[in-house]
Amino acid sequence: MKSMLAAFVALVVICIGADLALDEFPFSAQDTTSSADVRLDGE
Amino acid sequence: MLRVIVALLLVVGLALPLSAQDTSPAPDRSATGGAQTLEDILARQRGENIDDDFRRSDTGDPDSAAAISSQLGTLGGASDPELWRALRYNTADVTASNNGPASTVLVQDGGMRWLQFREGPLIEYGGYLLLGTIALLAVFYLIRGRIRIDGEKTGHMVVRFEAFERFSHWLLAGSFLLLAFTGLISLMGRKFLIPTFGHDAFSTLAIGSKWIHNNVSWAFMIALVFVFVLWVVHNLPSRSDIKWIMQGGGILKKGVHPPAKKFNAGQKLIFWSVIVFGVSISVSGLSLLFPFEMPLFAMTFEKLNALGVPALIGMDALPTALSPQEEMQLSQLWHAIVAFVLMAIIIAHIYIGTLGMEGASDAMVTGLVEEQWAKEHHSLWYEKLEDAGEASGAAHTPAE
Repeated sequence: MKSMLAAFVALVVICIGADLALDEFPFSAQDTTSSADVRLDGE
Repeated sequence: MLRVIVALLLVVGLALPLSAQDTSPAPDRSATGGAQTLEDILARQRGENIDDDFRRSDTGDPDSAAAISSQLGTLGGASDPELWRALRYNTADVTASNNGPASTVLVQDGGMRWLQFREGPLIEYGGYLLLGTIALLAVFYLIRGRIRIDGEKTGHMVVRFEAFERFSHWLLAGSFLLLAFTGLISLMGRKFLIPTFGHDAFSTLAIGSKWIHNNVSWAFMIALVFVFVLWVVHNLPSRSDIKWIMQGGGILKKGVHPPAKKFNAGQKLIFWSVIVFGVSISVSGLSLLFPFEMPLFAMTFEKLNALGVPALIGMDALPTALSPQEEMQLSQLWHAIVAFVLMAIIIAHIYIGTLGMEGASDAMVTGLVEEQWAKEHHSLWYEKLEDAGEASGAAHTPAE
């Protein structure tokens, strides 16, 4: 049972980690396909 | 002799579609001066495939343009209809302020085909596959009942899976279940959930599903690697698999226990399905996660055409000039189709690992199985444990 629970905890950690890590890289469609001149979010 | 016959059949098979194409008469378009006719338009509206080369390539010729000071010279060799035709067939030289690969494609008609397939056959047949699998398992359960341990239980437990094996399995299982549910919500929600819960509630659910689906996918891919490395050796085909299959795995009849190693032929089938389909889903999923960065299908179709696969099954050559949007549409369809197949397989796996067989779930929950269970379902593996002195009495109580 401990292995199963550890796996589910790891799942959550990887999931949140992936979201935070990918946010750091310029991978989004906005980052890859547009310049600041055409963004609407004021960045 | 056999090789000659096969070669002959291949030549005839490949030549037939070609000869069929050669003999079809070219439509008479003299009345329109070579432009499309009413019959072309009607055929298109009927959904028939028409050879549109006469329009596709009719996009003007800048080389033969009149001088800029001459009459019509300012058109640069391409009239407005020719320019629009070039835009229609994605051959125009377009410049856009947005620099994404899809931004210069102003017209693409694959979207409607994709939408109709996604909302129609994909949901319909995918849904039938899942419900059909559940119904079949229910019928099987009613007929066969739970597969019990036939012999007398010894009270001794043997180690079936180590902690890291179980961790990897549950990482894969947990992520797969989340991906399956959120994937189904994304695919079917518009059709089945919006009418019940409304747009606002579904919007929140869809945004959450997308976030979970995108981010849990990494756990699935990591676990897929773990599971492959841990178990590939045990899942190579062996001679005992044939006997196991011939006896229906012993699950059809009480008291039948064909010998099996650590994994029987059924489990090997599950393993390779998970690996092959899981990798395929991961690759198409990455293509969807990073839009337009990983086009897969034009390249694949080119290779299949070169191998003559479409002609072999009587199909025309697969399209190799795909717009970036069409690449994404095909990735989404492939992702969903393969996922449906894997979901059906996993439903059967969950059934046999829980409700369908006594003692099976212990292997993945505690890592230990009843000695008698091991003798009945994995006798060759158990014998190996005995030889190594790790069988009887090695672990009397669950470790956790």
